[in-house]
Amino acid sequence: MSASDITIRFNVNGEACTVHAPPMKRLLDVLREDLGLTGTKEGCGEGECGSCSVRMNGDLVNSCLVPVLHAEGATVETVEGLGRNCSLSTLQQAFLRCGGAQCGICTPGMLMAATHLLACNPHPNIAEIREGLAGNLCRCTGFIRIFESVILAAGSSLPEQVSSGSLDAR
Amino acid sequence: MRGDARAHQLIAPDTLAAALDLIASEPGRWTPIAGGTELMVAYAAGKLGTTSLINLWGIAELRFIRTQQDSISIGAGATFTDLRNSAIVMSEFPLLAKAASWIGAIANQNRATLGGNLVNGSPAADSCPALLVYDAEVEFISVRGNRRIPYHAFHTGYKQNAMNANELLYAIHLPRRFARHRQYIRKVGPRRAMAISKVALAATAFVDNGIVNEIRLAAASLAPYPNRLRHTESELICGAITNDSIRAARSALMREAQPIDDIRSTAEYRKRVGANLLEEFLRGLTTPRGE
Repeated sequence: MSASDITIRFNVNGEACTVHAPPMKRLLDVLREDLGLTGTKEGCGEGECGSCSVRMNGDLVNSCLVPVLHAEGATVETVEGLGRNCSLSTLQQAFLRCGGAQCGICTPGMLMAATHLLACNPHPNIAEIREGLAGNLCRCTGFIRIFESVILAAGSSLPEQVSSGSLDAR
Repeated sequence: MRGDARAHQLIAPDTLAAALDLIASEPGRWTPIAGGTELMVAYAAGKLGTTSLINLWGIAELRFIRTQQDSISIGAGATFTDLRNSAIVMSEFPLLAKAASWIGAIANQNRATLGGNLVNGSPAADSCPALLVYDAEVEFISVRGNRRIPYHAFHTGYKQNAMNANELLYAIHLPRRFARHRQYIRKVGPRRAMAISKVALAATAFVDNGIVNEIRLAAASLAPYPNRLRHTESELICGAITNDSIRAARSALMREAQPIDDIRSTAEYRKRVGANLLEEFLRGLTTPRGE
């Protein structure tokens, strides 16, 4: 038996959206294919790498593991919602300044995970930053520059061991 | 992405009663899905093994943490974030709060449910050893009503459990009597977040005048399904913790454990590390509380 499309109404980055899709279609694919929001990336497709991180009803989620049915009535925030009117968010500016983005595949997920962290905890310490980003893998930066970006965006000062780059990335 | 959305049904009853009616009308046909952190992975890989899913995510009647006089009750739909944020879980059942913090990372914890972890029944599941050493009970629900069984009787084989096809897991109950117990949990894996445990051990014990009056031990990845280490426990019960009893308990664990070689570790490593964790717990029992 084949599944018919259902109608999903939800709010994406402040705009009301309606899509028609099978209920098991992944939120990731709906964002990219139905709504053209290709900022959200697919990395592993199994909830391990965090590339597809978005916020749904204020919770950080891996959009590759969310059937679109679960987004009915939800508020979804993607990386496209961070910068408004061609201006970057404080966090995005911090990533630019600190070299927190390199190849870019992890960056939208990192930005969403860090946005979520700062929304829950505006002044995280380094352990809290590590935990907040633990589900997001980066193979370029060695993570230190990403941690520095989050610290800068949070308006905190850099701890000695982060700024010297000697912190091991566990 | 090999899962075909069009080939999969996902129906969404509004209430628990409607979900129970549906699964009772076609027992075994509908596979429940909650946060999707397990099933969506299999689905994307084209290995789900079913095309008929019933949604439980968002059913409020399954998502709660309630405190009673003698116990707490955790709804099967409570997420690991819910557990980590619960004051009573943190203060009285710290092993469960700790295990919840190991599961995946924040995005996974926001979606993965305690009920899903149990029903999935992975031998490596992080929450199961904690529930076993807290002597949990599980409660099932169906159109015929509710029934409870001890959690240690829930897992019956590799990815097998004692639930009937017309039932859902409703709640997990934990007795509030561990405040004076010594408690231990440790995971060994390649990293704290995301990585599935190579081996983990949870333990509770009540020691009175140097004698072990009560002890419960449970491990992840030392058996085909989450279970207590009964032979190792019986080696220790009613005795004192000495170098000899620790040695005997280590041997009992090495005999009792049935780990496997797999992509994450080897059977030999798991046994040895399991015994090391046990020894760490037992040596801790010989020091005064709080040190």
